[in-house]
Amino acid sequence: MSGVKAMGAKPTTVEVRLPSRLGYEKVAMSTAAAVAKLMGFREDRVEDLKTAVAEACINAMEHGNRLNEGLSVGVVLSAGPEGLEVKVIDDGKGLRTLPPKPDIDRKIHGEEDPRGMGMFLIQALVDEAEWVAGANGKSSYVRLVIRLDPPTQ
Amino acid sequence: MQSETKSRVDQLTSPAGHPVSVLRFEGDIASTSKDAVLGTYQGLPKQSTKLILLDFSKVDYINSSGIALVIQLLIEAANAGQKVFAYGLSPHFTKVFTMVGITKYAGLFPGQSEALAAL
Repeated sequence: MSGVKAMGAKPTTVEVRLPSRLGYEKVAMSTAAAVAKLMGFREDRVEDLKTAVAEACINAMEHGNRLNEGLSVGVVLSAGPEGLEVKVIDDGKGLRTLPPKPDIDRKIHGEEDPRGMGMFLIQALVDEAEWVAGANGKSSYVRLVIRLDPPTQ
Repeated sequence: MQSETKSRVDQLTSPAGHPVSVLRFEGDIASTSKDAVLGTYQGLPKQSTKLILLDFSKVDYINSSGIALVIQLLIEAANAGQKVFAYGLSPHFTKVFTMVGITKYAGLFPGQSEALAAL
């Protein structure tokens, strides 16, 4: 089956709910990869998506839900004719500002924390990434979009 | 859920005759990998270890916390006057390491023989 045509114009939605426990981001990675493969994404784009989804889930668990296992992380994948949208939802207040781009020289020289690569990777590996603060300080989410290549003639 | 990171060290000699400490990793490299990554590195004798080769050929998953551990290793190695190289990364993680700038401080090679030949 050739992915996009088989998916049709109406988005197909898959949802996963994860505990806020590190390691479970791999469940979302595997699910996103399976959906992306069904849609016909190239293998390298599937790998990009896996890393971006994993990092978004880790951020949601660590920063959004503060590793409170009583709170879950929602992952909603919407497959459309032009690409795949992934929303990763947590119970945090969301981001007010995005962190600056990491600088490896500053990290090596001890002027910057060695951590803090996650959001940079997300932005670098998908076509769109936006962080949305939820109303009432809850249900914030990151929205990722990875687009299918236009069909070749 | 995260698979335990296994690590071991092999002492090899490059074709040019230089001793090389090869740190071999297996499993995930994530926040739980501190002992496997930094602990194994810190167990190397500082005085006699000048060339370090990281073997990622049996690593399937590296996340940003794992990348931070590799950067911490590079910081300690730079401070000790050691040179670090790596091989065995998938094309995707080769891209990721390049994006975050690790390749500026750790030369990447496709395999062990290519890495040793360059040392």
